[in-house]
Amino acid sequence: MEINTLVLLPEIVLSVTGILLMVAASVLGVGDQRKLAWPALAALLAGALVVLLQWGQSPRLGFFGLVFQDNFALFAKLLLLLATASVVVISKHYLEQHGSNFGEYFALLLFATVGMCLMAASADLIMTFLGIEVLSISTYVLAGFRAADKPAEAAWKYFILGAFSTGFLLYGIAFVYGSTGSTQYLRVAEAISSHGVSALLLLGMALMLVGFGFKAALAPFHIWTPDVYEGAPVPITAHLAVASKAAAFVALLRLLQQVLPDLGVQWQAVLWIVAVVTMALGNIAALSQFNIKRMLAYSSIAHAGYLLVGLTAHNGPGRGAVLFYLASYAFMTIGAFAVVQLLGQQEERYLSLNDYSGLARRHPFLAGTLSVFLVSMAGIPTTAGFMGKLYLFAAAIKSEFYWLVVLALLASGVGVYYYLRVIVYMYMREAQAEMPSVGLPLPARLTILLMVAGTFWLGLFPARVLHLASEAQFF
Amino acid sequence: MLLTTLLLLPGAGALFLALLPGSRRSAVAATALIFSGLAFLCSLLLLAGFEQGTADMQFVQKIRWFDVAEFHVSYHVGIDGISLFLILLTTLLVPLVALSSLRVAQIRGYMICLLTLEVGMLGVFMAMDLVLFYLFWEVMLIPMYFLIGVWGGSQRIYAAVKFFLYTMVGSLLMLAAIITLYYANGAESFDFLQILARLEEGAIQLSPLKEQLLFWAFFLAFAIKVPLFPFHTWLPDAHVEAPTGGSVILAGVLLKMGTYGLLRFCLPLFPAASLQYATPICVLAVVGIIYGALVAMVQPDVKKLVAYSSVSHLGFVVLGIFMFNVEAMEGATLQMINHGISTGALFLLVGMIYERRHTRLIEDFGGLAHSMPHFSLLFMVITLSSIGLPGLNGFVGEFLVLQGTFLERPVFAAFAATGMILSAVYMLWMYQRVFFGEAKNPANRELSDLTATEIGVLIPLAILALWIGMQSSTFLRPMDSSIEKVVQRVQQVRDSQPVRVDNRGN
Repeated sequence: MEINTLVLLPEIVLSVTGILLMVAASVLGVGDQRKLAWPALAALLAGALVVLLQWGQSPRLGFFGLVFQDNFALFAKLLLLLATASVVVISKHYLEQHGSNFGEYFALLLFATVGMCLMAASADLIMTFLGIEVLSISTYVLAGFRAADKPAEAAWKYFILGAFSTGFLLYGIAFVYGSTGSTQYLRVAEAISSHGVSALLLLGMALMLVGFGFKAALAPFHIWTPDVYEGAPVPITAHLAVASKAAAFVALLRLLQQVLPDLGVQWQAVLWIVAVVTMALGNIAALSQFNIKRMLAYSSIAHAGYLLVGLTAHNGPGRGAVLFYLASYAFMTIGAFAVVQLLGQQEERYLSLNDYSGLARRHPFLAGTLSVFLVSMAGIPTTAGFMGKLYLFAAAIKSEFYWLVVLALLASGVGVYYYLRVIVYMYMREAQAEMPSVGLPLPARLTILLMVAGTFWLGLFPARVLHLASEAQFF
Repeated sequence: MLLTTLLLLPGAGALFLALLPGSRRSAVAATALIFSGLAFLCSLLLLAGFEQGTADMQFVQKIRWFDVAEFHVSYHVGIDGISLFLILLTTLLVPLVALSSLRVAQIRGYMICLLTLEVGMLGVFMAMDLVLFYLFWEVMLIPMYFLIGVWGGSQRIYAAVKFFLYTMVGSLLMLAAIITLYYANGAESFDFLQILARLEEGAIQLSPLKEQLLFWAFFLAFAIKVPLFPFHTWLPDAHVEAPTGGSVILAGVLLKMGTYGLLRFCLPLFPAASLQYATPICVLAVVGIIYGALVAMVQPDVKKLVAYSSVSHLGFVVLGIFMFNVEAMEGATLQMINHGISTGALFLLVGMIYERRHTRLIEDFGGLAHSMPHFSLLFMVITLSSIGLPGLNGFVGEFLVLQGTFLERPVFAAFAATGMILSAVYMLWMYQRVFFGEAKNPANRELSDLTATEIGVLIPLAILALWIGMQSSTFLRPMDSSIEKVVQRVQQVRDSQPVRVDNRGN
């Protein structure tokens, strides 16, 4: 077997930079720690560049057969790297705002990204597990980075439930190994198609689904999401909502459609129900949220439900649609959290909807851009959110899941209400109290504008990204 | 290219406004007027170049939008006799609304909303690709939502959210139906004309159940927009709370998007289902005609009265469409234009008096004929046009609808005709209470008459009301071929239906 270490080049770049950042953090003075954002950003962009160079090469296995290099993994990696890069930019400003000085912050972000990239490219159940653990342990720490009471609670909750779900996953992997005799994706798939489905295998699949359900925040395993999202620092919330969710979805998609396609009937039935419950729960619970972070947390659960619709479709367009939607979702969610972060100010004091009253008068730029992101999340045409939903639902209709699509559309109709409510507060209500004005540093402004541009780009000219997403097939 | 130019003009205007500083009110107003005026001139070119006697789409432009991964969406626009006058109505009303709204607060945002709204409305009337149609259909909700929510009356937030949710949720199922049609078309394209042609040839076969479900998915979206009784409850809130300009656009154009959708998409795509459910739909239409008129009669608020009268008038349009004959359908199409002119003008008039007196309650007025002779005269002309006095536009439309209805379903015609009588009752009664008698309230005695600008806004509409009433053939002839085509499509299916029923029986 060839070693092919180059396949892991992006991960290697990130890991080495992460270690160097750790060293640098211990050497640098307290005031200089935040400057570590720049090398972290550079490493992420370099990683993205490597991924771009790898694009289109013939798919291959690498690193002792533990990882794939196929367009599917590359598309996902590119998305994860760029999403984390924007999170780094937001984080820098966040740390300045809060006067925090933790160089480890950026190192941990890089390690988390390494874990996510491994999840996307994994060709072996052990590697998948490893990726999840690297991601999780880094984010457990990151979620607790705020020096108040709630974050500790958030981090604890996340840690306990995360550890619990890892147990499920590992147990599932053990069953799959027991029934097929291998942990390698291709061999497992081969074994299933030649020996057929056993009860043990189904049990293994079910347990793994529970594990992934926690990571991707699917109902009924979503309970931790609102608390953790609320307690974590805003940039980390964005990271959890976008990148970690995307990594979990990509890994789940590969596992189900590449390793377990022969169990399609079984997992499609399960996912159908999980999708409907997730969409309904996420949207309905979001209706009663007046804290913007909690609202976005529930909305992210709802979006996980839409993504499941594309996953359930179990066809080529469905895979492309999931990737495309993840990209759309990244633009609008990172953008929204970037605005929320600016408005939250020190100690994240201003996160209630009431604090958004009359925002259009005070900060037309922030109100306007946040509206774009919300409208996109609501799935109104000309935005990425609409195109994404169109492809997801079209894929499901292609597989004749008509009722699933009808329920998804109704759920997204419920969603419109709470997205619009934020716009109501910003544009149609008067400010209730004097609010301190918000500084708009250039990097934050640029990030937000970039996300707006991306939201419209995918909404009006989706061809390019959609083309890439549809080319992003498995090994 | 002409249609695209027409679409781009207001869009460019909105972009240009976004770059202007909001404090320069006159520059903002001038920009909005220039761009919407140019769009109107551009639409006159359409009228000049329009070829009568053909049912084909004209001024067609079709370019690939994206063809990726078995997704084939095109930018495909075109107009025929059905959409021609709706487009002209839109391009006429927008500059008039802009002219009447020169005194609104935050004028820049208002004009941006108005111009983006125009893009959406024009797009709906010319889109020939189903995804493109859906895009315009939904996207125009946003500016309307802001117009109601930011510039509306005291209950504006409630009204804006209700408007948005009703229409948005109503059209969600249409999206599922569009995608289903796409896969029925072999995942080849979302092109409406192609899908229609293949349905006519029988190259696409829809099972009766599928056709019915698709029909309802489209119908629901359009029925809410019209609004057909009992989906009308968003309308009084939205119309009353919206600022004058918003009400004019809502009543003048937005409601027609629903009836246009029925005529353009529901009937030709799903003729069998349309025939099958024509009776219950006609019952709802007639109920709407009478219910709307009765509720209008008891309204203490002029604006609410006009809002409910829309429910009644639009009932005529739906009734005419579902008669499946040329007379009724032409009447219905003309009635869409008529209603846009007369109700648009009524909302403008109500807005003008509200600006002076800050009330819309009928009991607060009386004797206005003395203090505001020009206003009273124009109000009279429009009132008569709205109730369908012979010689004015409303008569032609409603008469044709009733005539066509008599041919098919005389009982429905009899009930619908009471709607015409009732409309005379509520409008004239209102007119009498507002304009005649003695001005008891001193505030009514000192009202100033219309300004030159206000007269300038109203005169074009009054002239049109008279012109359509006197020379209706000018407006009906261009529609002939397009309407006949729709009628033929339905009639063919109707003629072949007994056979199909027999087959099912066996």
